[in-house]
Amino acid sequence: MDAKGALANAFDVGELVFEPTEVSPDLFAMAMNTEDSLREYLRLFVRIPLLGRIGPLASTFDFVADAAPGVKEILGVGKLCYEARERNYDLIVVDAEASGHIVSQIGAPRVIRDLVQVGLVRDQTQWMLDILDDPARTGVAVVTTPEEMPVTETIELLGRLRAETGVHPSAVIANRVLPAMFTRREQVVVDRLDEAMGLLVDAVGPGARTVLEAARLTESRRATGATHLDRLRSWIDRADELDAHVPIIGVPELFARAAGPRVVSLVADALRDELDPDHVRTAARGGRRG
Amino acid sequence: MGDLDNLLASREMILVAGSGGVGKTTMAAALGIAAAARQKGRVLVLTVDPARRLATALGVDEFGNTPTRIEPSAFAESGVKVRGEVWVAMLDTKAGWDELITQQAPDAEIRDAVLANPLYENITSRFVHSHEYLAMEQLHDLHARGEFDLVIVDTPPSRNALSILDAPSRMVEFFGSRLLRWLTVPYRSRLFTVASRPFYQVADRVLGSRFLQDIADFFVLFQAMESGFVRRAREVEALLVDPRTAFVVVTTLETAPSHEARFLARSLVEREMCLGAIIANRVLPEALASRAGADSAVALLDAAPGPLSDAVADQLGAPVKQVRSVLTQIATRFDDVALVAARESDRRSELASMAPTLLSVPWVDGDIHDLAGLGRLAGYLRNA
Repeated sequence: MDAKGALANAFDVGELVFEPTEVSPDLFAMAMNTEDSLREYLRLFVRIPLLGRIGPLASTFDFVADAAPGVKEILGVGKLCYEARERNYDLIVVDAEASGHIVSQIGAPRVIRDLVQVGLVRDQTQWMLDILDDPARTGVAVVTTPEEMPVTETIELLGRLRAETGVHPSAVIANRVLPAMFTRREQVVVDRLDEAMGLLVDAVGPGARTVLEAARLTESRRATGATHLDRLRSWIDRADELDAHVPIIGVPELFARAAGPRVVSLVADALRDELDPDHVRTAARGGRRG
Repeated sequence: MGDLDNLLASREMILVAGSGGVGKTTMAAALGIAAAARQKGRVLVLTVDPARRLATALGVDEFGNTPTRIEPSAFAESGVKVRGEVWVAMLDTKAGWDELITQQAPDAEIRDAVLANPLYENITSRFVHSHEYLAMEQLHDLHARGEFDLVIVDTPPSRNALSILDAPSRMVEFFGSRLLRWLTVPYRSRLFTVASRPFYQVADRVLGSRFLQDIADFFVLFQAMESGFVRRAREVEALLVDPRTAFVVVTTLETAPSHEARFLARSLVEREMCLGAIIANRVLPEALASRAGADSAVALLDAAPGPLSDAVADQLGAPVKQVRSVLTQIATRFDDVALVAARESDRRSELASMAPTLLSVPWVDGDIHDLAGLGRLAGYLRNA
């Protein structure tokens, strides 16, 4: 939904458009575009097939959509719900907008239902809400990083999702989690390593200080991140706003180059290991699945 | 070479921009403290601070649209030396709109009708970059009142960095747009215009005439404020290119934020707005990318299983097994950190060519949650 070309980069394909592209077998990708969504809507529901003749209509409608609350959002969310209703795919994964905007996007059917008293759009909000509000069909995975602001925003978003929409948060994915480097006993050694710096420099050169500094920095970042994840975990455990437990799934920091298919496959592996621990054993016995 | 101290001393308005999550709000506050530490005078930091953590850090419980002063005693207790006054205010879009409507409405009747319109809140909170526009509007207002020597604005996070720069002109455009003309055509006569008739029929069926009428009612009222709004937006627009205004772009050296920062820097230049400085936040020490470090890490990995670990264990009086494991670990993991540092260093040189000043603020242990922490951060905001 957040069309900045990031998804196209991730799959290393050319520009993605409204019409789905098969990026690998059985995996399709598309970019949301409210104008195309409107055209499709008019064709399917209002039965206006000849869009050439009413070309200006779409652009004028786009103007209205800019000013009228909920209209633009419902064109996006409506398209997703339509694909789900028609069961065109087994799973639809939506790269939603940033946390500040997702509530108004996903909550659009409710806004429309409350603001629009009559009309086709209003009549169609109910089946969308049925799909969105059913935890067996729709869930929100909130992606965060172990840092102060992202964790605070995640807590806020989880609360708002339940308070302002009927959609259920299904998981929090903590991305870029640094693994622990030392056991508690080893940490004691690390803290005192300066006392042996002379020995280390003699043995491995003056860069020994830099190597130790790097380890300390990483460990300190990890420890700070861990306190934020703890804060998130304890909020989730105590939250009355959530009616089901929301698991936190960790994806380790990969230190890979930023985007592209390589990092996507590494993250996918990490996610699979987290979601399906049996897979690790299967893989160890030989051969990867999928 | 530019200089941040000169910028803080000479400009009257500083806009802090950048992607979300790079520490923009914290940096805006630190810039305010830096300005007050170096110059006498009254500095105001206008922030969005959605999580209210700046309020906590500054030791004020809650602050709103009205500027609140950080007590000199609070600075003294935290060991932060300031010569000037630091004030903070919070950007409140809802209150900002109410105020704007109250100022610009030609009479009380229109004012009350707008404020009472069922769509007022919904529309104003979403159309033509309302947040960004209100931030600019409030800056204009505060500057015009002449109560502060320097106003620092922490700009709201937005999907597109340009929206902050273009918000005033979009507001002007909106009043001259086809959209507004269309929305405010009396509803009955619309149905008789041949050209737009098919559109109305469809729109009617889909959205319902009542909803369209509500929207139209709102914009008819809104249009009555056109002259005031347009004049105001032009003034706000002029403020962005005013020689008394400068932008400070905050970024981290990660891929996405630094990409956004470069884009923002280029856009400022294109629009003839002044880019005063780029601040790279949470930067790793450059030494981590050094050759010496890499060489030692390789040597350490070789040496850890051997007598070096015994010698170190001896000196520390620690079990050799743990020492060996620690030395192996730090040598193995060095590559990852060095890689990130190398990448950061590459991005830093890209950014350095784009602004008169590039400052690097090191990653500090833990987060900043008090005045003393902000004071330390302010200490880094100075050319070497």
